[in-house]
Amino acid sequence: MTSSLRFRAAIVSIVLFAAFLGIWHISTRGTGTVANMTPEYAKLMGLTATAGKSAMPGPLDVGAKLWEHLKSPFYDNGPNDKGLGIQLGYSIARVGLGYFLAVIVAIPLGFLIGMSPLFSKALDPFIQVLKPISPLAWMPLALYTIKDSSISAIFVIFICSVWPMLLNTSFGVAAVRKEWINVARTLEVGTVRRAFTVILPAAAPTILTGMRISIGIAWLVIVAAEMLVGGTGIGYFVWNEWNNLSITNVIIAILLIGIVGMLLDQILARFTRMVTFPE
Amino acid sequence: MTDKFISIEGIARRYPGADGGQISVFEDLWLSMSRGEFGCVIGHSGCGKTTVLNILAGLDEPSEGAVIVDGQAIEGTSLDRAVIFQSHALLPWRTVLGNVSYAVTSKWRNWDRAKVKAHAQKFIDLVGLTGSEHKRPSELSGGMKQRVGIARALSITPKIMLMDEPFSALDALTRGTLQDEVRRICLETGQTAFMITHDVDEAIYLADKIFLMTNGPGAVLAEIVENPLPKDRGRIDLHRHPYYYALRNHIVDFLVSRSKTFAATVTNHDPRNVPIVRPGLSEPTIVASPKMIETSPAQTIAR
Repeated sequence: MTSSLRFRAAIVSIVLFAAFLGIWHISTRGTGTVANMTPEYAKLMGLTATAGKSAMPGPLDVGAKLWEHLKSPFYDNGPNDKGLGIQLGYSIARVGLGYFLAVIVAIPLGFLIGMSPLFSKALDPFIQVLKPISPLAWMPLALYTIKDSSISAIFVIFICSVWPMLLNTSFGVAAVRKEWINVARTLEVGTVRRAFTVILPAAAPTILTGMRISIGIAWLVIVAAEMLVGGTGIGYFVWNEWNNLSITNVIIAILLIGIVGMLLDQILARFTRMVTFPE
Repeated sequence: MTDKFISIEGIARRYPGADGGQISVFEDLWLSMSRGEFGCVIGHSGCGKTTVLNILAGLDEPSEGAVIVDGQAIEGTSLDRAVIFQSHALLPWRTVLGNVSYAVTSKWRNWDRAKVKAHAQKFIDLVGLTGSEHKRPSELSGGMKQRVGIARALSITPKIMLMDEPFSALDALTRGTLQDEVRRICLETGQTAFMITHDVDEAIYLADKIFLMTNGPGAVLAEIVENPLPKDRGRIDLHRHPYYYALRNHIVDFLVSRSKTFAATVTNHDPRNVPIVRPGLSEPTIVASPKMIETSPAQTIAR
């Protein structure tokens, strides 16, 4: 039953995708000669003017270009022409580093907030004010203080991924069932051992959920951050190709951003499943 | 009462009320038990039974008074006092063996893995869970989960076992078997145990002493009932013992009527000197006159 449902869903997906490609193809193809020009003038104007072809690339153009990119993802022809693999690599490395720093800060701090009502109350106003700030708003301040655009981007990733992790960790820790804590207390388990043997496993699913939200936000933000700081990364690539008016490359970059984002989410989803316990 | 193994001395527990005042669950409660005794507290919900147990366990602190166990005033929780929780409170991410081992390593921190495992296995066998060591709590039935809870409590060889309505969430059949197990283990090991229950028959079967508490707030320990039934009583023929109904009726009467009216009717109650009652044949078990029998046939049958 489930396999047949899966099968049917896959068919519907494929049909929808084919329909999408078809509509895309039809709406971007040329409509034939629209104006009579001298051949020299027509050459100057290009297909958009002569054959009514849309400026938007069709799926075949994108597919061909994508194949080209996939064949050599890691070439490096100077600062403005690097392979997509290299650009994605830069972005993933920045996200990874900023995210890792956020984990190091948010999880212990979340434990502190979750375990101590005093710190929970004392830090609450700061979190409430800092949380809704768009991560990109920090960018000028980061550029001014850090004086390095690449590290500033990492800082922006850090600041945007820290909040969901912090809130989920503190919530997960504070919501650990009282009876499990009581078990540890009656067994005279010390605070540190209790944190690692009872609170961490009990709160792990909630913490991982926060981490999953964070990685999603970090990947959203990196594109915007790299558009601002420039130099390398998939966000910079998108902006650079926009300046080149290469819509094909922009579309390819959008597609790849989506796929990488999905993979990052799936990795965290797998970790979440690993620490989830049935009750 | 020469040997006071557990002695609760004048404890009170108050909570801040909504109007800024204090709501007192109970005041000036005295209670003592000897080594190897099985004590049961019976009372209606809200009389502070669980609070008494939590104070004994060290999970809660009395607003006043002290608890002395084995000659020492208790401070916080201790591995000497194991708790069996109503909701079994197993750690769901650990296996049966893992849950029991967790308690064992908490008590003996320098034991190596093999020793811990062997010790835990002994208690898993004791509660009849051999073969289910590697199952997780979610794969166990309610009764099996509570067996793990019992094994975990026993594995640290506590001086006292504290049980907060351990079987109330189980079906009658499972409850019966587990009562047998607990009774067997307590008799074999001479375990001192303190249990809270709603179930009169459970108290009669298991307890040496039954503590009757009146309704809260402001609950008092009204009476201590000594179980007149022989120590080697069995669950199957329990109700055939000549003292059984005297005992049962006494407790039920208390729960039905006296627990409500006690505070109003008994004015000279001395909480340090709670009357000890031993229902038996000497107590008139059939007190109804023929006229009363006519008017209340149900009561006659019950007696």
